[in-house]
Amino acid sequence: MTGPETAAAPDAVARNTAPLERYRIMRRIRSFEERVGEMFLRGESAGSMLHLSIGEEGVVGVTDAMQEGDSFTTHHRGHGVFLARGADPARMLAEIGGRESGYCRGKGGSMHIADRALGHLGANAIVGGGIPHVVGAGLSYRNQGAGQVSVAFFGDGAMQQGILYEAMNMAALWRLPVVFCCINNQYGMGTRIDRASASVDFAARAAAFGLAGISTDGADVEVVHAAAQDIFAGARAGRPGFIEVSAYRFHGHARMDKSPYRTPEEEAEGRRRDPIANARARLMAEGLADEAALDRLDAEATAEMDRALESAVQATMPPLHAMFEDVYDPETPAPEPLRRRLARILNA
Amino acid sequence: MTETTYREALRSALEDAMASDPTILLIGEEVGVYGGAYGVTKGLLDRFGPERVIDAPISEPAIVGAAVGAAMTGSRPVAELMYVDFAGLVMDQLGNQAAKSRYMFGGQIAVPMVLRTQGGTGRSAAAQHSQSLEGWFLHTPGLRLAMPATVNDAYHLLRAALVQPDPVVFIEHKGLYTLKGPLDRDRPDADWGRALVRRPGRDLTIVTYSRMLHESLAAAEALAAQGIEAEVIDLRCLNPLDEAVPVASLRRTGRAMVVSEGVMTGGVAAELSARLQELCFDQLEEPILRIAGEDIPIPVSPDLERAAIPSAGLIAEAGLHLMRREVAAWAR
Ligand SMILES: Cc1ncc(C[n+]2csc(CCOP(=O)(O)OP(=O)(O)O)c2C)c(N)n1
Ligand SMILES: [Mg+2]
Repeated sequence: MTGPETAAAPDAVARNTAPLERYRIMRRIRSFEERVGEMFLRGESAGSMLHLSIGEEGVVGVTDAMQEGDSFTTHHRGHGVFLARGADPARMLAEIGGRESGYCRGKGGSMHIADRALGHLGANAIVGGGIPHVVGAGLSYRNQGAGQVSVAFFGDGAMQQGILYEAMNMAALWRLPVVFCCINNQYGMGTRIDRASASVDFAARAAAFGLAGISTDGADVEVVHAAAQDIFAGARAGRPGFIEVSAYRFHGHARMDKSPYRTPEEEAEGRRRDPIANARARLMAEGLADEAALDRLDAEATAEMDRALESAVQATMPPLHAMFEDVYDPETPAPEPLRRRLARILNA
Repeated sequence: MTETTYREALRSALEDAMASDPTILLIGEEVGVYGGAYGVTKGLLDRFGPERVIDAPISEPAIVGAAVGAAMTGSRPVAELMYVDFAGLVMDQLGNQAAKSRYMFGGQIAVPMVLRTQGGTGRSAAAQHSQSLEGWFLHTPGLRLAMPATVNDAYHLLRAALVQPDPVVFIEHKGLYTLKGPLDRDRPDADWGRALVRRPGRDLTIVTYSRMLHESLAAAEALAAQGIEAEVIDLRCLNPLDEAVPVASLRRTGRAMVVSEGVMTGGVAAELSARLQELCFDQLEEPILRIAGEDIPIPVSPDLERAAIPSAGLIAEAGLHLMRREVAAWAR
């Protein structure tokens, strides 16, 4: 299993490694998502319902404000968040390919990756489905008193889902260590947010429930990070918060969507809001890294994800009997396979 | 008579019905500009405009609830639930509101709406996008339930759903959208609520619906090669449920299998098998077999997904065992 690799720190970055580290994570996310696309094209993914988070890497400003022990749930476009929280890309890709060595033994796939050890309580394919879980996690943490925070990551589409507001109200009412993070990529499938909502001031909605609410430009990871640190400091002290990370979904909704509902001009404009290109320019301008060092990081990310993809593609599929496992606790009887039941009837 | 696809037949049914009934509205996520997640409503926004083809936010309970209110007030709404798996979000509006209004309010307030949705496996779409939840709706008095398996039924059952006096849940199968077949706009295969013998046979009765019709027909073909003639019955609607056709068949054959993609326990196959047993008890030569989905969530890995539901091979093997005591490999 390949863990995140650490680049040898060039002299130029010795002053402040955190922005460079955020750049590195964003770069790894993008390379990873590109490999997901490649995996699909090679026919090695389980299905085509693969939602790339390319363009949304600025969310690293939020994940970087989390601490070890914090937990989170994500929506269906959650690869980037999980990678940023320390996921092993090979195991993620194995899961996306329905392989046995995947995070969920090939049962869940891209939309249902989880890992308890890293605090990932689950990606969800029901828009809004994972949001209330952080309220419950917040209750556990409040009562256990270990200072942990639970974070719900979701898209702008979930801003129109009633359960979000039930959850926000409870979090505020019970003063829970919870953060709601909306990754606003401007679209829910083919619907631009202004066609889904008469008001798109999402932070104001959170404020109306008594949450600390802030909207940030996801094209600038450092801006996101500064805001997230405030929100998390509040949440850890029992003042739940909401942070919107505004971004642009560079690609189609899932692998089969060519976004015919967007103009090329709009897409070109949207792709200029590139958190990675921005971070690169800023790192160089501030003298935190030179071009060669950044190129080296990029190449390392590419190589890492290439290796991860090859390992995932070569991983074996789960055996058929595995489908009956994990429905219930392993100490209790698994569901009886249909064929075994039929045999009991027919051989009676 | 034209040759077309299941998807196109559904689209035509909506288009023809909307052209003749101006009270019909479509409400749902991505039904307008996008043309439907599975392309069924393509072109309808252009033809009928945004007052009648309404792109909704991702707010399923309110979409279905709004359809209930629209139906109460002279509109005939077609709410689209992109995946039947999202039924959990809308079961209150459907099961407590749409289904019960006529009854609770003493017959005054009807809810003539259609909930169009799609279900089933076949895309590695995993546990929350692959289910067959018709059993949930069947378990709710007040809801009608149609599940077309053929191109002609896709058209005619949807047209029929759009003139029903009560709420109809209309479940398409994601694996059938590209199915090709004949469409005769003037002639339904049978009336709303009637089951159909899709393949006659004297030895064994197979009762099924939706995509499992095609697995069952393939199984019947395989059985015929062994000299066993299976009669394959397509229920088409689960509510109203036509008992007469399967009962008449089973009284002749004495042997039956009920095939459904939904999980076995507490499911549609259980209901059908119980009814057939009650009505054909004296003629039964063998227990009625339920060939249904495994009692598990749908796994994402493609081989596991395929194995989680019945196949033509399994149906044929079970049929052979039932008829000839030819023991299938898995039964040894
Ligand atoms: C409850 C529910 N409704 C609808 C869908 C279908 N669907 C999947 S993703 C999506 C768009 C979600 O948009 P957003 O929340 O903004 O996330 P994004 O895909 O943009 O990351 C829709 C409508 C779903 N999976 N769950
Ligand atoms: Mg979005």
